[in-house]
Parts: sequence; C-alpha cells; structure tokens
Amino acid sequence: MIDLNAKKKLNLDDFDLSSGDEMKGRSLWVDARIRYAKNKMASICLFVLILICIFSIFGNFFAAFSIEEIDWAVLGMTYEKGYPSLETGHYFGTDEMGRDLYARVVQGSRISLAVGFIGAIISTFVGTIYGAISGYIGGRVDGLMMRIVDILIAIPFMFVLILFLVVFGRSILMIFVGIALFSWLGMARVARGQTMTLKNKEFIEAARATGVSQFTIVIRHIVPNLLGIVIVYGSLMIPGFIMAESFISFLGLGVQEPNTSWGALISEGAGTMTYGTIWQLAFPLFFFTVTMFCFYFIGDGLRDAFDPKDR
Amino acid sequence: MLNLIVRRVAIAIPTLLIILVISFLLMHAAPGGPFTSEKPLPPQVLANIEAKYGLDQPIYKQMINYTVGILTEFDFGPSFKYKDRTVNEIIAQGFPVTMTYGVWSFIVAVFFGIPLGLIAALRQNTKTDYFAVSFSITASVLPNFVMAPLLILVFTLWLGLLPGGGWNDGSWQNLVLPVIALSTSYTAELTRLTRASLLEVLRSNYIRTARAKGLPERTVILRHALKPAMLPVITYLGPMFVGLITGSFIIDSIFSTGGMGYFFVNSALNRDYSVMLGITLLAGGLVVLFNLIVDLAYGWLDPQIRY
Repeated sequence: MIDLNAKKKLNLDDFDLSSGDEMKGRSLWVDARIRYAKNKMASICLFVLILICIFSIFGNFFAAFSIEEIDWAVLGMTYEKGYPSLETGHYFGTDEMGRDLYARVVQGSRISLAVGFIGAIISTFVGTIYGAISGYIGGRVDGLMMRIVDILIAIPFMFVLILFLVVFGRSILMIFVGIALFSWLGMARVARGQTMTLKNKEFIEAARATGVSQFTIVIRHIVPNLLGIVIVYGSLMIPGFIMAESFISFLGLGVQEPNTSWGALISEGAGTMTYGTIWQLAFPLFFFTVTMFCFYFIGDGLRDAFDPKDR
Repeated sequence: MLNLIVRRVAIAIPTLLIILVISFLLMHAAPGGPFTSEKPLPPQVLANIEAKYGLDQPIYKQMINYTVGILTEFDFGPSFKYKDRTVNEIIAQGFPVTMTYGVWSFIVAVFFGIPLGLIAALRQNTKTDYFAVSFSITASVLPNFVMAPLLILVFTLWLGLLPGGGWNDGSWQNLVLPVIALSTSYTAELTRLTRASLLEVLRSNYIRTARAKGLPERTVILRHALKPAMLPVITYLGPMFVGLITGSFIIDSIFSTGGMGYFFVNSALNRDYSVMLGITLLAGGLVVLFNLIVDLAYGWLDPQIRY
C-alpha cells in the first residue's frame, strides 16, 4: 500500500518536471537565444562588439591626453616622435597636429557607434509604428501611406542629407536628424508586410471581438509580434548608418573639430599616409572594419535565430 | 506593360517634385545667401546682384522659373560662386568623368559578381564557394572610402605601379584604381545575392521536376534556374546605380578625378546653392530613370508579375 503511493508520487514528480521544461523551451526569446549561442561566429562577434563598446565608453579613463591637447614635443615631427608607444603615453601615436590618437579614436568610436545605435532605435521605432498602422488599417489609408514611402525611398538620400548639413550647419545632431528622416522607410515596408500576415490571426480576431480599440490592438498585440523581424532588420541597418556618417565625415561635411568619428579619422589618416605615418590610418581603420565585421555576423546570427522558416 | 510605365512615371513625377521643393526651400531657408562674404557688400550692389539672379522675386516664382528653365531648355541657371560659369557647364565637365568610371565599375561589378555568385552556388560547400563567400564578406565591410586609401597605399606608394590620382583624359592607368575602389563592395553584394538566390531556386520544386524528367543539368540551370534566380539581383541594380553616383564623392575627393562628386562636395563647402541644386536634381532624375528600367526588366524576367 505504502509502496504504491510512493511510486505514484514519484511519477507525478517526473511529469511535473518534464512539463516545466517544455514550458521553458517554448518561448520565442529563449529559443532565439539558444540558437544564437549555437552560432559560434555570431557569439564571438557579439563579444568583440561589446569590448569595442566598453572601449569607446571607458577608454578615455586610460588616455594620457585629451582629444584637443597638442603635444608640443611631437608637433612637426610626427613621423620621428609621434609613433605609437607606451612610454610617451600615445598608445596609438599622434595625429598630424600632435594630438593623441588614442583619445581621438575613443571619441570617434563613441560618435560612430552612437550614430549606429541611435539611428537604429529611431528608425525601428518610427518604421515599426508606421508600418504596423498602415498594414493594420489597410485599404486606401494603406495605399496612401505606402505611396509616400515609395516616393521618399526613391530620393537619393545622401544628396539631401548633405544639403541638410550645409543649410542647417554641420553638427552631429543634424546627422542624427538627417539619417532618422530617411532610415525608417525600409523598416516601414518590412513591418507592414509582417502586419498584413498577422492581422488575420485568431488572437487579433479575439482581441477585436472583446472590444479592444484599434490603437491598442496595434500597440499591444501587433507590435510585440513584429519585434523578432524588426530586431533582425534593425541590426542589419546599423552598419549602414555608421557607414553613412563615416562617408559624410570623410568628405569633411560631418562632425566638427575637435570632435571626430571613424570617417573623419580615416580621412585624416589617408591624407597623411604619404608621410609614412601609417598608424594614423591603421588604428581608426582597424576599429571601423572590425565593427563592420561584427555587425555583419551578429545580423546574420540574429536572422538565423529568429527566422521562422528554420523551425 | 504600358500600364506599368504609366504607374512608375506617376510615382516618379512627385518624387522629382519633392526633391525640387525640398532642396529649393532648404537653400532659401539657409542663413546667409550665396553672396554673403566676410566683407559685406554695399546694399545697392547686393540688390543689383540679387536682381540679376532673380533672387529678389518671391520664392514660388523663382521655383517656377527654375523648373520652366530646366524643362524647356535644360538650363540649370548660373553658378553663384564661379561668376563666369553656368551649372550646365559644370555638369558638362563633371558628368562624363563620373559616367566613365561609373559605367566601368558597373560592368566590373556585374561581370565579376554575378558569375562568381553563380559558380559558388553551383559548387556549394567547395573551396570555390568558400572563397566566394569570404570574398563577399570581406569586401562588403570595406566601403569605397576605405578601399581607396588602401589601394593608393599599396599600388602607388609601395609598388609604384599606378598613379594615385588625376584623370588624364580617362587613360586606363588612371581608371584602374577608381574603378576597383568603387566596384568592390558592389561586386561583393552581387556575389552574395546571386549565390543565395540561385541556391534557393535550385531547391524549388520545379527544378526537381526538371531533373526528374531527365533534362541534362546544363539545360536545368540555363533554361529553368537562371532567369528566376536573377530577379533579386536585378532589383539590386537600381540602388547600386545610386551608390555608384554617390560613390563618386569619395572617388573624386581621393583620386582627384574631377567628376560630379568633386563639384558637389566643393559647392557644399562653398555654399554654391545653384550647383548643388542642379546636381541633386540631375542625380534624382537619373535614379528615377534607372529604377524604371529595373522595373521593366523585372516585368520581362518574371511572367508572374502582372501590372
């Protein structure tokens, strides 16, 4: 009698345990995380990218000089004395004006990464809401909203961005505004397409049947279900923003001195490489390229992790 | 087909109008006109100059005059900075240069990128495939403003093989480096797209059917797989064209080739509004035209699309 009870209890425990496991495994996010972690390259790249972010945030605590400070001992003799060295405190050497390149690369990374992340956040936010509304309402409103996107997307945005910077003055803020103005278009299309397939699902119908307002349905039920695809697309857009900013700064139309960014640093380095001061090009180029690499593989990993086709 | 053309043009016209209005208004909202200099001009002189360029008229009239001038005589007006030159002359000087290396880059990207992608897909998971994939990843993280200095460093400074700048009436030595710098990232993107697209097509049911009925592999690829595999690639050609035009900013500023990009950046730094406006509109028109061509090619390649 006692034996039997014990056996029964044991079985029940087993059952609870296994069902608990199953519950855990079903969440989209946990699932995605497990799949992402399995992708070695993507995991390594995420780690490297975090290191670069830490470098850009805390790197200046280890700098012996500020970004503007001119080292008079080096000025005019950059090739002879401005090379990278731990003794002089110029870990990455100096630039042509005798300023510490380490401090400037830290500052440049900070601006370039900020452009990438803020651009992604703004475009994701605006694009998702716009696309979700357009796709959910449908009909004539959808047609009109998407025609607007069609028209704006055909504008060669680099030209208009440069116009913007010339007219309103060159500043990093204007670059944010300019990039934000054009970057949400692609996201809006993606979000709209996904919304169209979502809006006829049962749970949306259920929400409608219980009298939830349209706005709440979009925000509470549609948008959270778009997040997976939006995150993937957003992560793929970040390198584009960083490149756009670097492109403009390279031309001398972006960040203003004494601030700098990867593009501006690469431009300076490229201008002086004929003097043999190759480190001025090498360090910013290294950080730029490695970051681009990382974003490439992270985006790839995220796509595999969230791609419903794979399931 | 006619329907499609009409619809695309119906999108194109508001696009161009928006470019025109935005750039025109931006220019006029700018603090400091084109004639503000460090030494202020006497008011009478300023008024005379502004009357000469029509800047004293209300803004909508200026815009209408400008548009009419472009539409009837293809006249983009005078440059505000170089008093003796018109925007047309500047475009006539820069445009052929940009087009020369732009077209060459286009050809290089298409003729290397697409075949490489096709071969990689047909020999998936072989050494050729790995080479193609690693090439396309490496090249896609190296934009033209990174490629250009690196190329100069290697081929001009270290090897001394090719000139690091100048145009020299488009002689081939001066063309090689700009074309490589401009085309590499597009070659990479085309390789990636073509490979992914052909792989997907090869996995589809109708290809299995074609193989099952005993067609030789050659026919399966050439007759059935190639055309649909090209669809995403064709779509990419439109944005690629935009990239080639804007890429000219970098090429011109590094290689001093003197194309449109040189004049655009220069006029941006000098606040030469009329030149900026002219070049922006011309680029916008070209982009719209090119997107139209891509759409037409799409309709021809994909019989499923009905307009």
